[in-house]
Amino acid sequence: MFEFITRLFGGSEGSKNKAKERLRLVLVHDRASLSPGLVEALEEELIQVISKYLEIDEEGLEVNFDEGDDSVALIANIPVKNVKRKM
Amino acid sequence: MGKVIVITSGKGGVGKTTTTANLGTGLAATGQRVCLVDTDIGLRNLDVVMGLENRIVYDLLDVVEGNCRLRQALIKDKHFGDSLVLLPAAQTREKDAVKPEQMRELMAQLREDYDFVILDSPAGIEHGFKNAIAGADTAIVVTTPEISAVRDADRIIGLLEAAELYDPQLIINRVRPDMVRKGDMMDIDDIDDILAISILGVIPDDQDIIVSTNRGETVVTDKKSRPGQAYRNVVRRILGEEVPFMNLQERKVMHWFKKILSGEAQ
Repeated sequence: MFEFITRLFGGSEGSKNKAKERLRLVLVHDRASLSPGLVEALEEELIQVISKYLEIDEEGLEVNFDEGDDSVALIANIPVKNVKRKM
Repeated sequence: MGKVIVITSGKGGVGKTTTTANLGTGLAATGQRVCLVDTDIGLRNLDVVMGLENRIVYDLLDVVEGNCRLRQALIKDKHFGDSLVLLPAAQTREKDAVKPEQMRELMAQLREDYDFVILDSPAGIEHGFKNAIAGADTAIVVTTPEISAVRDADRIIGLLEAAELYDPQLIINRVRPDMVRKGDMMDIDDIDDILAISILGVIPDDQDIIVSTNRGETVVTDKKSRPGQAYRNVVRRILGEEVPFMNLQERKVMHWFKKILSGEAQ
């Protein structure tokens, strides 16, 4: 009943928002897996940039998508071997 | 030189065939010469939706394999005769009976004689889909406002771009204004937000579609029909006109009133 009244006055949250939220997340995964090359290229460039400042374990590098309640984050796990001395 | 448009979706049952039939008929009604091609081998349906199922002699495969001349296989529409023809799919063969190269050749032939060639693609992303898009210039993706259909549409958009069919356009089918109003169905803005491709049209869910399909007619020529109006708007957009989207929130009764008062505007 309460739900009905809130809907009646427009302060509602219909099920479409739930659909949008779920769709966003699932598409992040679909799109990423559609082009594995993209993630690979990202990894390679990350290595290049970070290697300027840190010595990293390239083999141990991992890049993944992580989903929160209403957001998606790119999580990179980059094992550091050594901090480079400033030139 | 005509334009080859493929109608595709990924998910089945979202209204590809109905869309193909209506856009084809709608274009023919504006004086364009149109050829519809059913590429759904083994599961042909464009013939029944167009009400031409009793006239089939030859099919797409007969043409490709040289069992008949192209012209012999083209079925003339009941209302538009020579300017709206259907090339039906083979019903008794496998999906991989036609090759993309053969489709490309066929399209090259058809675009000589017609302003628009519209291909009805099978559901899925396998062989039949690849055949259907092989000879196409542009693609129209059909979806419904459901999560599963939108997801598949996204995947199809990716595959189309990978096949160098850039800038596909979207038709959102079976929108229910009452549910959109309640926030229980994604609307045009929501889907635009998610898929980020240009939207060619929004078709309201309406019993007119089922009634006309039962009769083997298309709704696009029915001046009183709401989805018919929506399809006519899509046709005008395909022809390069700028037409605002229909106000789906408007009550049906109001729509009728307006029609009566304006003496069927547009």
